[in-house]
Amino acid sequence: MVTSVTNFSRSGLSDWIAQRVSAVVLLAYSLFIFISLLTGPELSYAAWSELFSHTAVRLFSLLAIFALCVHAWIGMWTIATDYLTASHLGASATAIRFGFLIGCALLVVIYLLWGIQIFWGS
Amino acid sequence: MKDTRPVNLDLTAFRFPLTALLSITHRVTGVIIFFGVAILLYLLELSLKSEAGFAEAQELLTSPLAKFVLWGVVSGLLYHIVAGTKHLIMDWGVGETLAGAAIAGRITIVTSVALIIAAGFWIW
Repeated sequence: MVTSVTNFSRSGLSDWIAQRVSAVVLLAYSLFIFISLLTGPELSYAAWSELFSHTAVRLFSLLAIFALCVHAWIGMWTIATDYLTASHLGASATAIRFGFLIGCALLVVIYLLWGIQIFWGS
Repeated sequence: MKDTRPVNLDLTAFRFPLTALLSITHRVTGVIIFFGVAILLYLLELSLKSEAGFAEAQELLTSPLAKFVLWGVVSGLLYHIVAGTKHLIMDWGVGETLAGAAIAGRITIVTSVALIIAAGFWIW
C-alpha cells in the first residue's frame, strides 16, 4: 500500500471524517455570524467589538479558524490531486502540484496565525 | 505494473448530469472561499481595530466594486454551506439514491439561489 505524504492525516478515512467535523464547526460559526449580523441592532463599533470581546466568542472564532485551515487544506489537496495530474499537465504535473500545494499550505498557516492575532492579539 | 490501477478519467469526454455540475460548483466555490477568506479577515481585523478602523471598513464597503466582491464571496459561501449541508444529510444515509440525489440537487439550487438573492439585497 502506498501511503500518501501530502494529505492532511495520511489516511483517506481520517481526512473524510476531519472534513465533516470541521464542516459542522464552520456551519455553526457561519450561522452564528449571520444571525448576529441580522438580528443585532444597527451595526456599530461598540456593539461589534463588544461581541468579539466575550471569551466564548473568541474561543469559538479560534476554533472556526482552526477548522477552516483543516477543511481548506483537505479540500485544496483533493482538488490539486484530482486536476493537477500528469494526465492533465504532462510530465511537469508533480512539480506544478507541489508548488500549488506549498502555496496553499502557506496561505493556511497565514490564516491560522492571522486569526490568532485578530481574536487573541489584543 | 498492474493494469487495475486507478486512472484519472478524461473529464472533457463526459456529459455532466446535474449532480456532477453541483459537485464541481461545490469545488469551485470552495476555492473562491479559500482566497476570499483573506478579504473577510482583512475587513474583520480592520473593523475590530478601532472606531476609526470600523468607519474605514464601512467606507470601503460603500464602493460598488467592493460590494460586488463581498457579494461574490458571500454567494460562494452560501452555496458551499447549502451543498455541504446536503452532503452531511446524505452522509447520514438520507436520500442516498440516484433519485434522492437529483431531488436534493434541485433543493440545493433553489435554496442557494434564494439565499444569494437575499444576500444581494442585504449588501446593497
